[in-house]
Amino acid sequence: MAVTPIVISGLVFRRGGRAVLDGLTASIAATGITAIVGPNGAGKSVTLRILDGLLQPDAGEVRFGRGAGADVRRALVFQRPALIRASVEANVALGLAAAGSGLGRAARRERIAAALHRVGLGDRARDPARKLSGGEQQRLALARALVGGPDLLLLDEPTANLDPGATEAIEELVRGEAAAGTKVILVSHNLGQVARLADDLLVLDRGRAVEHGPAQAVLQAPRTAEARAYLKGELPWTAFAAA
Amino acid sequence: MDRIRRSLIALALLFLGTAAVPAQEQRSITVASTTSTEQSGLFGHLLPRFTQKTGIQVKVVALGTGQALDVGRRGDADVVFVHDRAAEEKFVGEGFGVKRLEVMYNDFVLVGPKDDPAKAAGKDVLEGLRRIAAAKAPFVSRGDRSGTHAAELRYWKDAGIDIAAARGEWYREIGQGMGPALNTASAQNAYVLADRGTWLSFKNRGDLAILVEGDRRLFNQYGVMLVNPAKHPHVKAQEGQAFIDWLVSPEGQAAIADYKIGGEQLFFPNAAPAGRA
Amino acid sequence: MMESLGQAVLLVGTLDREVAAIALLSLRVSLTAVFLGCLVGVPLGAFLGVTRFPGRGVVVAVLNAFMGLPAVVVGLLVYLLLSRSGPLGGLGLLFTPGAMIVAQTLLVTPLIAALVRQIVEDADRELGEQLRSLRLGSWRRAFVLVFDTRFSLVVATLAAFGRAVSEVGAVLVVGGNIAGFTRTMTTAISLETQKGDLPLALALGLVLIGIVLAVNGLASTVRAAAMRAYG
Repeated sequence: MAVTPIVISGLVFRRGGRAVLDGLTASIAATGITAIVGPNGAGKSVTLRILDGLLQPDAGEVRFGRGAGADVRRALVFQRPALIRASVEANVALGLAAAGSGLGRAARRERIAAALHRVGLGDRARDPARKLSGGEQQRLALARALVGGPDLLLLDEPTANLDPGATEAIEELVRGEAAAGTKVILVSHNLGQVARLADDLLVLDRGRAVEHGPAQAVLQAPRTAEARAYLKGELPWTAFAAA
Repeated sequence: MDRIRRSLIALALLFLGTAAVPAQEQRSITVASTTSTEQSGLFGHLLPRFTQKTGIQVKVVALGTGQALDVGRRGDADVVFVHDRAAEEKFVGEGFGVKRLEVMYNDFVLVGPKDDPAKAAGKDVLEGLRRIAAAKAPFVSRGDRSGTHAAELRYWKDAGIDIAAARGEWYREIGQGMGPALNTASAQNAYVLADRGTWLSFKNRGDLAILVEGDRRLFNQYGVMLVNPAKHPHVKAQEGQAFIDWLVSPEGQAAIADYKIGGEQLFFPNAAPAGRA
Repeated sequence: MMESLGQAVLLVGTLDREVAAIALLSLRVSLTAVFLGCLVGVPLGAFLGVTRFPGRGVVVAVLNAFMGLPAVVVGLLVYLLLSRSGPLGGLGLLFTPGAMIVAQTLLVTPLIAALVRQIVEDADRELGEQLRSLRLGSWRRAFVLVFDTRFSLVVATLAAFGRAVSEVGAVLVVGGNIAGFTRTMTTAISLETQKGDLPLALALGLVLIGIVLAVNGLASTVRAAAMRAYG
């Protein structure tokens, strides 16, 4: 089941006397990949955590189509894979701990095997998770997020620590997941990645949405001064554009 | 996870196995006694004979006389075997003990540095103590309500010295057993009142030697009492009485007389024949 | 000093079955106490490590303070509890190994809980957000973090074992140092010291240190091997 538009209205989140989110409002499409960009401290990660339910806003709300967020299956992948010292399959099983509570033993095994197969770790199930390479670890984190069959996949700079080959593998997986109907929201500083993946792009600045539109359009011709300043300041992107 | 679960269960079983107290525990009694009888090695000599004869195992908790009587009062021992007549009679008088029987005696000795700076050596313990107090020579007191401590306080009183008033830096109360008192005296070259048994088996004497002995007042009587089953119904009266009966029997008395360290007899049996009835 | 030490080393070679039995009792009592302490201390510490509630700071402070609980005080409390005249006197546990296990369990449980709390809280800082995102409840997160930090927890367990096997105050008071029944390494050492047999006391001390070293060595080896396997 896919989520109907995610409506974010008037989110305020304060931390230590500072408003990290200061009335963030946006409406996000029910399908495809949405990228969120913005300078450090703009509130990207907090937004993602509120969407996941890890943080509660001080004001405002998020509505997932038909109302309450509880029945929307969400999964969050962090920049660091956060794996426990156990086997690869035991880590994936954690993703089913809550999401797959109704499943029998055999069904669980099947789901875990399928998730591992999907991220290309099918033959590594018994290996210690912390012994995998950085790219493999992040694919494992993705398998753990996917095994519960999320409606909404939240990615917080998932490739920031990875080399180009590993990054490409992750991007391929994310693209496939979105194509299969999972809504993806991606926070990234890598504008090349945003250009490659995102359908639409939300630019945050100081806790507010300053621009939101089709990714290519925003990247090519930002309309607001803040978005222009941010996109120009990102050196990798200018280098990429010049090339 | 299965492998971990299995090893956890194995570990748990291992621990429970070691924790289980042996089921085939034999008949046993707990005796609250004094450090002097335990540390002199007397019990190590007596108990195997008694156990062999009766099959009853004796567990000795060695404390000061005062503490040992308290353990009996609380019902935590079946038999009390101590040496402070006044306290013992009070114990029986209050109904905590059934009957007090005299078993044996040994004697106290006044121990001090060989060069005897206070000139305490002699045949009269009261005179020795007076000289120590006059010289304010270092003196170690048990200070633990033990039988030896009670005897020491009695001697000060009989010597005409109010120790509570006369005490000063020279009078060192340590609140511990006979061994620690001797260790302290040895380390500080101090005088100390000790029971002969502990002194004979004590190995860290340093410069200490016996200065006063043989004074009739140094006589140290041991008594034994069954803890009153009327007060504490769980007391193993039958086994406890068997131990008491054996101690005062000719066989037990002979075993006490038998115990020697370096050829020297430590305890002198003196149970009244009437007590054997 | 050197003379006593020299005699002690020679004596270690001559120590007999009686000493072996005493060493085994020490091991049995302290290992059981640590095991029981873990049953309570690990869940308690782990739960404190992953949850936040009003008054938690006080609980943690008390727990940390109890790490240094004087053994004699614990011994005295257990004595009063288990005495025939005390509330649990009917069990008849006083002056038995069972009483020593009870006392040492009380001694090590706060220590284990406090150390586990710290270890799990540190791990929670690293993994907690991810685990909450996976919608795991407090107990589930506590369990996962205990599992994740199991190699560090070995060290906490060793600290507890070291505390238990080396304390004399509690076992002496509640065990009574009964020869062949409740005499442990520490009470035997204490007894020989009191008797002025310093070389023998020191020899027993060397054996005790040897036991502690052996247990630590074994645990470290297992830990190192496991860490190599799991990263």
